[in-house]
Amino acid sequence: MADGGGGGGGGGGDEPEELSDKQKAEIAKWFLANAPAGEIQYVAKDVRSILGDDKIYEMAAAEAFPLHNKAHLLALEMPDRSGDVLITTYGELDKINYFDPRTAQVATVDHVKQVCTNVRPANDDELPSPYIEDFRSTLDAELSKYVGETYPKGVCAVYCVSGKDAEGPGADFEFVVVISAVKHSPQNFCNGIWQSIWNIEFKDDLQFVEIKGKIQVGAHYFEEGNVQLDAKLECKDSTIFQSPEDSAVSITNIVRHHETEYLASLEASYVNLPDTTFKDLRRKLPVTRTLFPWQNTMQFSLTRDITKEMGIGK
Amino acid sequence: MEAAMDLMRRISPKESETALSALLSLLPHHSADLLSQVDLPLQVCMDQQLMKEFILCEYNRDADSYRSPWSNKYFPPLEDGPLPSPQLRKLEIEANEVFTVYRDQYYEGGVSSVYIWEDHNESFIACFLIKKDGSRTGHGRRGYLQEGSWDAVHVIEVGPEEEGTAHYRLTSTVMLSLTTEDKSSGTFNLSGSIRRQMSHDLSVAEGHLCNMGKMIEEMEGKLRNSLDQVYFGKTREMVCTLRPPPDGIQLRLPEN
Repeated sequence: MADGGGGGGGGGGDEPEELSDKQKAEIAKWFLANAPAGEIQYVAKDVRSILGDDKIYEMAAAEAFPLHNKAHLLALEMPDRSGDVLITTYGELDKINYFDPRTAQVATVDHVKQVCTNVRPANDDELPSPYIEDFRSTLDAELSKYVGETYPKGVCAVYCVSGKDAEGPGADFEFVVVISAVKHSPQNFCNGIWQSIWNIEFKDDLQFVEIKGKIQVGAHYFEEGNVQLDAKLECKDSTIFQSPEDSAVSITNIVRHHETEYLASLEASYVNLPDTTFKDLRRKLPVTRTLFPWQNTMQFSLTRDITKEMGIGK
Repeated sequence: MEAAMDLMRRISPKESETALSALLSLLPHHSADLLSQVDLPLQVCMDQQLMKEFILCEYNRDADSYRSPWSNKYFPPLEDGPLPSPQLRKLEIEANEVFTVYRDQYYEGGVSSVYIWEDHNESFIACFLIKKDGSRTGHGRRGYLQEGSWDAVHVIEVGPEEEGTAHYRLTSTVMLSLTTEDKSSGTFNLSGSIRRQMSHDLSVAEGHLCNMGKMIEEMEGKLRNSLDQVYFGKTREMVCTLRPPPDGIQLRLPEN
């Protein structure tokens, strides 16, 4: 390679085809959307300098940042210091406005700068009915306690995603619980994210609550290399439909139980895997249990030649 | 170029092929640099003449063909593909044979290839490649991994001989990916690569192959430890930072 173009050269045309601006923006978008948690600003800087064209970059950033922010359940501090608003599809009213159920506020965000610029009280039609809100806020309070005790940097929210206008018993409704914990440590070349999303369906006719969870854990270590952990689990559970207080306690217990079990299974992987995996990939010592006899390799390859010539072996 | 390499350190190793082709199309003028600096999982091809697998890399490629270290032929066939000098070819043949035994003893399976070529600054450069599929369906004897691959690339630049010694500069990269999967614990994947360098001035009394082999063996031992620390140590530390385990359960964090 690096032959300077004297003949050979790869197949196809010799002149690389110039990409259209749209193609460049697509590629830029891909890099931005695939940035690891907490690293999109670094990726953005690289992408911008590679493109060398701010217009294309801005086009790509405008589309990619919202996707990235939602996928990573980004938490942004609200300007009135009332807490963090989570950027999720469940709270998305439009491209830049996100509902925060706990404070009953709507936060306006700047996706690319990753800041919350404004908050306003939510309108009545954006809020759930008092009946639903009772279930929701009780669960939110119980979960916040759990998240506060368990995740040093955890943020959670409970959204009502269907049936929010039910005025009383007799209707089904559905919540989504979102838990997000991130750790950024660029000076130690590592970042990590824990996120769990729990769908909670209250089935009125069956007096039953169905719970489906998705837990995802990621870690990125990039000192003299690039190593990423990507672990996930889906699980299911259920409980009976009870009063808001009792439902909140039993749902939180179920979430706690599954997340604790999951951490234990990750731990088990960490304890068991190193030996087993490394042995299956590369042993610490050769099968002979002594270092390889490099100094004898001359004779050794000669003997191989001889055995070959004599037709021994294959 | 710097920005491109930074991106490659950030994007998930599972996406490295997509990322590289994206960079190649954005930076066509840096394609040579990108292809030689970015590490991708190794590909294997069959030497149709000797029916023996060999590993593909930039160093045995010409146009769209790759030279097999076994038959010294290009596949798909290529006329006038560059070949090493008879002297280096002799060393290459020997290195491939010895390295096959080394690889078998440490890896219990896998494929290896060694390529040697002249270089105008050094007396020669050698590239030692190993690919091991440690998955349950591959060469994983113990059967723990759904998916598990270890790809090692060792490039040694050997300086000219002066007063019986030569300077050896080794750059090694190991790309490792492993996945376990089951219903109760879900999917667990660790993937990535680490790179290390090492230089020595060594007497050539026992031959270049002996010196290069010893360096590679030492480096692979070190890399294996680093992988253990980084893959299992650092990422586990991060998990424990995100969600500290309950009191009373003491973690045995691996030492070194």
